[in-house]
Amino acid sequence: MSTATNSSVQTVNGFSTSIDKIPVLSYGHFQQKADEYNKRPGAHCVTYYACAVDNGYQFFACFADDETHELEIVSHQLINKKAELLALTKEVPSFHGYEREMAENFGIKFLWHPWPKPLRFPHDATHGLKISQYPFYRIDSEDLHEVGVGPIHAGVIEPGHFRFICNGETVLHLEIQLGWQHRGIEKLMLNKPNLLQKNILAESITGDTAIGHGLAFAQLMEGLAGIEVSGRLELERSIALELERIAVHTGDLSAMCTDVAYQFGSSVFGALRTPIVNYTQSWCGNRFGKGLIRVSGSYYPFNDVLKSRLLALLDEFIERFETIADRTFDLDSVFRRFDDIGTITEKQVRQFGGVGMVARMAGIKRDVRWSHPSSGYKQVPYEPEVLTTGDVMARALLRRREIEKSIDYLRDLIHKWDDVKEIELEKPRRSIKLQSNAFNLSMTEGWRGEICHSAITDKNGDIINYKIKDPSFHNWMGLGLALRDLEISDFPINNKSFDLSYCGHDL
Amino acid sequence: MLSELKILDQHGKQFIPDIRKAEIPMPFRGLPIINESTVDGNELKSFCPVGAISAEPVSIDLGKCVFCGDCAHAFPNKIKFTNDHKIAANTREALIVKEGSDQPIQLNPDKVREEIKGIFGGSLKLRQVSAGGDNSAEMELGACGNVNFDMGRFGIEFVASPRHADGVVVTGPISKNMAGALRICFDAIPEPKLFILAGTDAISGGIFTDSPALDRSILDKHKVDLYVPGNPPHPLTFVNGILDLIRSK
Repeated sequence: MSTATNSSVQTVNGFSTSIDKIPVLSYGHFQQKADEYNKRPGAHCVTYYACAVDNGYQFFACFADDETHELEIVSHQLINKKAELLALTKEVPSFHGYEREMAENFGIKFLWHPWPKPLRFPHDATHGLKISQYPFYRIDSEDLHEVGVGPIHAGVIEPGHFRFICNGETVLHLEIQLGWQHRGIEKLMLNKPNLLQKNILAESITGDTAIGHGLAFAQLMEGLAGIEVSGRLELERSIALELERIAVHTGDLSAMCTDVAYQFGSSVFGALRTPIVNYTQSWCGNRFGKGLIRVSGSYYPFNDVLKSRLLALLDEFIERFETIADRTFDLDSVFRRFDDIGTITEKQVRQFGGVGMVARMAGIKRDVRWSHPSSGYKQVPYEPEVLTTGDVMARALLRRREIEKSIDYLRDLIHKWDDVKEIELEKPRRSIKLQSNAFNLSMTEGWRGEICHSAITDKNGDIINYKIKDPSFHNWMGLGLALRDLEISDFPINNKSFDLSYCGHDL
Repeated sequence: MLSELKILDQHGKQFIPDIRKAEIPMPFRGLPIINESTVDGNELKSFCPVGAISAEPVSIDLGKCVFCGDCAHAFPNKIKFTNDHKIAANTREALIVKEGSDQPIQLNPDKVREEIKGIFGGSLKLRQVSAGGDNSAEMELGACGNVNFDMGRFGIEFVASPRHADGVVVTGPISKNMAGALRICFDAIPEPKLFILAGTDAISGGIFTDSPALDRSILDKHKVDLYVPGNPPHPLTFVNGILDLIRSK
């Protein structure tokens, strides 16, 4: 356990810190810190979790200030495993998921938690409840009715359960129950001995973000092993991440057209996604980029042939994309189904700790590529797009803007790549030695938003704790809030406009 | 209207004319070829992250393989992944690729159940259930119906209700939390019905094989009609596999 006396340690995305250097605060002091960050406009809590040590727990939290680009790590301890803590969720609502997770995984009691419910029903949950025993919020009224949807949905999508409390057609409350996809990934990260197994697990956290999570994993391991990767590899990783973003955003615009019955737009955007994922496949053999991100090197170096093909593809893509996007956003029938539907406010997003697209469509400039850049984003600065209306329209329009921006940005990355393409790329490492008693945290901005992987090593350099945070962990609350006072028939378009991850949440 | 015409003109024909003959360019990782050169079989075996490789003789089980391709990078003179995407089969043994073999993976018409033979040839409605899937297989199954792959041309479609379906397509390693819902869904499909596993996670558990968070007991009770390997399975693997199955005589 730590003996540090200073009250704060600053870190940099992807660089490990010795556990001994992380200050251990009293719970009261920690509470103050959480409160202070919660009140600071540009700040949020990136991760907060418990790690079992000796006869108790050490809790690690990382707070980010997006504007000053600072990352602060603090911790606090519980010596007695039976002890209880006062829940911070009442004052800092974005802590609700963190505290529910720790209660579920370790049996830690968070007193006065306003929403003390299971989160994902892991196989070894301490509450012993089955997923069918979730305690839904209820209203005893003969005037209201409930609608339950899922876990299996109408389309070819992942499972989750949605419980609506309605007054006629109007939704008063939506509760989202997740956990159906739980595969025990964080435990497998500890149990699978070799690096390749962990790498493949990271790519499978959510397969639609194989690059985003793969990269968060690789950076985390490289930081813990003290490996510095070449500027060329960094740029190639960012190229891959932006391609992933363009592909999924385009597919999402297709799906949003489907949900407002604009079949033409649905087909055309759908067809436009294909050349992007096929390009990724022609680079690394997989349409989702699985196999491309490996620790410290790459089996698939970017080259001049790939470069000229990509530049040609981007030119062709943007021309076709702009015509269909102009048409879609011009259509009255689309406008009426997007505009002022499912609005959430900046204040709400700050309260639930929204990240990524969900923050940026509601007036919050929050983007890891800009605030805490790693890989190619350190070399080529990125300036985020921010919209303010917080409705379905903002979520659709932000996708359009981000696609346009990513295409320009890709051209800049490629330009920069030309300067360093002579650097020889390493082959991926098969095993690495990690620093002992270290803490590391790695963030990437996947297409959904802020991904955070964090690990702690013991005195032998073995990983004793692996924590994954997909942006959906925060953002699901946004969908629940967006549905309030909407007609229940507006659910599909809202759900699609958020397009959150079930498996990324459930792990 | 004019802008729609312009868009149509810009896009041209998007569909793949002949799904049966379509090819995927390299470096797509489809059917691996293992030659008979001598290597340290145990080293090769220990290299595989999911235990898909066996030694003496060397073989790769495509039902376990996550197609990372790392074995081929480590042993380039022994293993090569080809772009042959037709790797779906109706028996588990057919997915095991042995050293020295250059045979494609084929569906065995004799093993197709009599009660399903021939009856779904013109129309097949499927219910998809993701049970711990990572959303890549789900997206590829969704892509099977898009304007490029357009499996609707063969009368194959995903439907919302199991009551309207002729079978279920499972993705994911079957999480404990979804096992009950999957069972209820499968039971709700009228007989005769198909049971299809799409993706390595569904076929064997893939990288999640030893996770205590899985419940794969449904596989003990029902015969699997089609295994579609891949991580995720490519739309061409899925569509061709299904066509082989429903058109077998």
